[in-house]
Amino acid sequence: MTVASDPPTHSQKRPRRLFKNWMAKLASLPMILTALVVFVGGTAWTVTYSFTGSRMLPKTNWVGFDQYERLWSTDRWIISIKNLAIYGGCSMILTLLIGFTLAACLDRKIRFESAFRSIFLYPFALSFVVTGLAWQWILNPDFGLQSVVRDWGWTSFNFDPLNNPDIVIFGLLIAGIWQGSGLIMCIMLAGLRGIDEDIWKATKVDGISTIKTYVVVIIPMMRPVFITALVLIASGIIKLYDLVVAQTGGGPGLSSEVPAKYVIEYMFRAQNLGQGFAASTMMLCSVVIILIPWAYLEFGGRKRG
Amino acid sequence: MADMTTNTAADPRGPKPKRTFSRANIFLYGTLIVVSMYYLLPLYVMIVTSLKGMPEIRMGNVFGPPVEVTFEPWVKAWSEACTGINCDGLSRGFGNSVRILIPSIVLSIAIASINGYALSNWKFKGSETFFTILIIGAFIPYQTMLYPIVIMLREIGLMGSIWGLVLVHTVFGMPILTLLFRNYFAAIPEELFKAARVDGAGFWQIYFQIMVPMALPIFVVAIILQVTGIWNDFLFGVIYTKPATYPMTVQLNNIVNSVQGVKEYNVNMAATLLTGLVPLVIYFASGKLFVRGIAAGAVKG
Repeated sequence: MTVASDPPTHSQKRPRRLFKNWMAKLASLPMILTALVVFVGGTAWTVTYSFTGSRMLPKTNWVGFDQYERLWSTDRWIISIKNLAIYGGCSMILTLLIGFTLAACLDRKIRFESAFRSIFLYPFALSFVVTGLAWQWILNPDFGLQSVVRDWGWTSFNFDPLNNPDIVIFGLLIAGIWQGSGLIMCIMLAGLRGIDEDIWKATKVDGISTIKTYVVVIIPMMRPVFITALVLIASGIIKLYDLVVAQTGGGPGLSSEVPAKYVIEYMFRAQNLGQGFAASTMMLCSVVIILIPWAYLEFGGRKRG
Repeated sequence: MADMTTNTAADPRGPKPKRTFSRANIFLYGTLIVVSMYYLLPLYVMIVTSLKGMPEIRMGNVFGPPVEVTFEPWVKAWSEACTGINCDGLSRGFGNSVRILIPSIVLSIAIASINGYALSNWKFKGSETFFTILIIGAFIPYQTMLYPIVIMLREIGLMGSIWGLVLVHTVFGMPILTLLFRNYFAAIPEELFKAARVDGAGFWQIYFQIMVPMALPIFVVAIILQVTGIWNDFLFGVIYTKPATYPMTVQLNNIVNSVQGVKEYNVNMAATLLTGLVPLVIYFASGKLFVRGIAAGAVKG
């Protein structure tokens, strides 16, 4: 693209090309270094060293796929993956559902729209650590939600995600959705605002009910918005770390471990670098698997359109 | 209101005026209010808990307002709460976070705005390629790059220091900020740039005298984005700093999740609120600009 925009007079003088725009190149040096050294170099380094038996320090004793074999036979990793799958699946569906419903409600020309929007979005300004700690307190089995509901008279009420390994993921989910759904609502609202008023008028004339209009007409029209939202949610899910550390610390036992936490524990606590590198490479692979279809849809579609 | 009644009186066959309390509206507002309670509950619980004394917390319920308001938990969280052997409260973490935040914002925004400017006005061979790599890099899980950065920081002697973390924030803030500035500068009419070129202005002159003054709104958006992003960071803080330089979020987590001692829930909640205060103030003060910032972030996605 850039080559085409170069004026031909300059491209004839070959030796001077490197120094053409030299100030712009110099000023872009931080960007070039970040892109090449940190992003490309760092990733390649980690992937390469995931094939070594590095423990406390990175070493180049190649062990092939040993680290990966060990990774996939470690219970903790399997639990982490399962947790991430459950959390990810629920979080995607619920966040999209809540985000879209709220956006649709706000789009019905209601009063106090900006007040409601502020309320739904403020958790997004807070960190996962703050989110996790706040919900840790609300879900506290001795003083929190459970005991309050029992005091109200429903004595058999049981909801103690922070003590119960079977439902701890849902405790995280409540907090995660609280923090992140406002963003999706915002994106959906922007998408809804982008839809032509005439569409609504047309469906009114045809006598289609509001809910049916949303399902049959509006949602299909908002496909790109949904895809953007999905990619955002997905990239957030894979990074899930701070929330778990703050809210449950991975417990009770190992029941709320997640892959990102596994990587960091093995790299910086257990001093088993090779395992950490292998696990982070697996995380990279999952991102690639998500991103390639998206990039294909997004950019492949744009060329055709 | 008066207008509407006269209208209907004049034309009785017109459409029925919408009532405020139609069934659909009750349903709509009902949903919104119930959902609002879910969103507001944690903030409310944090505030009331932080204002109660410990005996009251042990007896009463979390949702009840404080019988006796006390600000002692706030004082304790700020200046006495313990992390390990240090008992100087969150004030240290706050100081560290501020000392991390300010240089990070200045450096990351300076670099990103120059990048964006170079990318939209001074394209050179390969500039788009580097930009594409940068954007793809934003999707790579940080975990993949954590350790190589540890090595790099060790090599330049910044591991564990505040400046090391500043560099990390600058690097990881670069993709989104560069995109933000590039899109903004690309929308500025090219004639302006060309006219300045004809008048003999160079790279920096155009940047400082034309582009920066025109881009002030996007600078504000970038600052909002970075303040909340860097303040809320936990992962980089916990890895690239040492206990003496821990940012506020890391220290908060250590205070609340420490295993020793009696749990003081009121102090914990006061500490949590203190940590959340900076982004909350930014959020409520900036209003629409915050939304614009995250919308710009969403475009990235």
